[in-house]
Amino acid sequence: MRSVFCLTTIILFWSTGILAETPQQQGHAVVSELHARDTGWHDQFAKMKMILTNRQGETSTREVRMYTLEVPGDGDKSLSIFDAPADVRGTAFLSHTHALQPDDQWLYLPALKRVKRISSANKSGPFMGSEFAYEDIASQEIDKFTYKLVAEETIDGNDAFVVEQYPQYEKSGYTREVVWIDKARYIPLKLDYYDRKDALLKTLTFSDYQQYLDKYWRAGEMYMENHQTGKRSTLTWTDYSFRQDLDDHDFDRSVLKRLR
Amino acid sequence: MRAIFGITLLLAVATVNAAEFSSRGNFTSEVRLFTEKPVDPRQHGDNLSLSAEPDWYWSWNKEQDSLVVRPFGRLDQGDPDRTHADLRELLWLHLGNQYEVRTGIGQVFWGVTESRHLVDIINQTDQVENIDGEDKLGQPMIWLSLPRDTGIFDFFVLPGFRQRTFPGVHGRPRTQPRVQTSQATYDNPQGDDHIDLAARWSQYIGPIDIGISYFDGILREPRLIPGTDSKGLPVLVPHYDTGSQLGISLQGVFGAWLYKLEAVYRNYNEIDNYTAAVAGFEYTVSSFLGSRYDLGILAEYLYEDFGDLPVGPFEDDLFVGFRLALNDADSSELLAGVIADVDDGSRVFNIEASRRIGDSLKLGVEARLFSSIPQTDPLYGQRHDDYIEVTLGYYF
Repeated sequence: MRSVFCLTTIILFWSTGILAETPQQQGHAVVSELHARDTGWHDQFAKMKMILTNRQGETSTREVRMYTLEVPGDGDKSLSIFDAPADVRGTAFLSHTHALQPDDQWLYLPALKRVKRISSANKSGPFMGSEFAYEDIASQEIDKFTYKLVAEETIDGNDAFVVEQYPQYEKSGYTREVVWIDKARYIPLKLDYYDRKDALLKTLTFSDYQQYLDKYWRAGEMYMENHQTGKRSTLTWTDYSFRQDLDDHDFDRSVLKRLR
Repeated sequence: MRAIFGITLLLAVATVNAAEFSSRGNFTSEVRLFTEKPVDPRQHGDNLSLSAEPDWYWSWNKEQDSLVVRPFGRLDQGDPDRTHADLRELLWLHLGNQYEVRTGIGQVFWGVTESRHLVDIINQTDQVENIDGEDKLGQPMIWLSLPRDTGIFDFFVLPGFRQRTFPGVHGRPRTQPRVQTSQATYDNPQGDDHIDLAARWSQYIGPIDIGISYFDGILREPRLIPGTDSKGLPVLVPHYDTGSQLGISLQGVFGAWLYKLEAVYRNYNEIDNYTAAVAGFEYTVSSFLGSRYDLGILAEYLYEDFGDLPVGPFEDDLFVGFRLALNDADSSELLAGVIADVDDGSRVFNIEASRRIGDSLKLGVEARLFSSIPQTDPLYGQRHDDYIEVTLGYYF
């Protein structure tokens, strides 16, 4: 009886809370909850396989190992090591992302043994020739967008918030993104990207979600379709592991020269 | 040097069984097409060449130890001196608590600029490979690296000097007359038997990366002195000076702008001192004209002052170029540029393009054109050596 009472109170409190706010505040609240639920994993490793498919159906494959370190109060640090295609095997990309300042990024080119500082200004450029832009795969800090809750819909049997987010950083390729966020798990299910002319450009669909450490949901597949060119990119994530005791030293520039 | 070899090989043999192994590398075929008759009739015409560069890696002790072995070999149709082999790397890395030690034969690159690599001095240039100076010979070394919050501190002990390679009698492109490497002379009374030392500190402060380096030993860049070979024919004889080099490299990232600077001060034991610098920028227009392409504009100014010595090739030069990346599935890229001597008007054009074919093949095209080279310019000997190179590499 008591638990039913509690639940009712929570539901009431929740609904009135939502109703009392503007759509902007509601949108911000939903995304804040998504971020809040995805903190505390500390560090993460995963293997990524990317299959690019052009309009003719020809495919091209990339394989990357990716380490990520959670940085409370700032953007995450990530280290990506390329395993395929073979001519770029051993190339590594190190990124220290920041919420407001420009990200610090280095590229390691094994053929020349060269560590190259690179510009992070190119947000809208294609990542590894794919339909993912750099800004799509970068650490999604909450201050990078403003938000608006526009609807609540059911998508593939899941109740979802529909939130529009507007990039606040410079040089974005988008006027807005529309994201469907699962109400039960607070995870993104689908994202529509609108180009600078506000025409639908791309749709990203998340699937094969699995929960790790009884808390963190990770998609097994991310499928990006470009509606304007017909090109597709599929990311498959495997071998997830968390809390391997990585720290700042594992994301220092000095590691680039000894990666394999 | 032999001891280093011995220790590294022993380690390799002892640990291979327990180690994690991975390999990569490439086989590459190369065709060079020359547009003119050579200056010296002994030099070859169009040329075919094949190279192999496997790269084997073992790690053990929970990846706290690893060994890289990377031999390189080339078979060249026209120039027996370009048919050569080298151990690019045979390096044992041990990771300690807050330190890294590398022992064996290794490769180290320092530098930021595009048109010239001034600061880079640990490895000798494998000039017979390509005149761009980006191919390096393996250097015996003990390298201690200390990554700290205040920067990365690197210390090198470099036993075993390597001579720069040069094209042979039949080689092309090359100087006129040719370089006779077997007659090389040294300041050092023991010739190439000398232990060189080097150190470097590098750090980044916000958008700026800085590196300060010091080298003491046999300087890698020889002076080419006119002489004669055993038959009395004119040749250029490399002379290796002993001295020191202080180097600085700076790079700043400000939005789409990259600013770059390299400068060196060389203190020669026997001759006047040398200063040189390269400074410039790269500006990238991403999503060029609404496309997926990135277009980079590059410009660098090259300066050098030899004191009393005759001028080098980059005394007062300007490099301008552009880089185009198509950002497609095949990673198609083009870099085109020209280095122009402001004083004598000579120009060297460079074009480099590449794309992947399928998952394992890579096609490359390179062109170098020597234009309006006056007789007084050190590049005069290469005035008829314009060439287009096509490479097809198989990567694994």
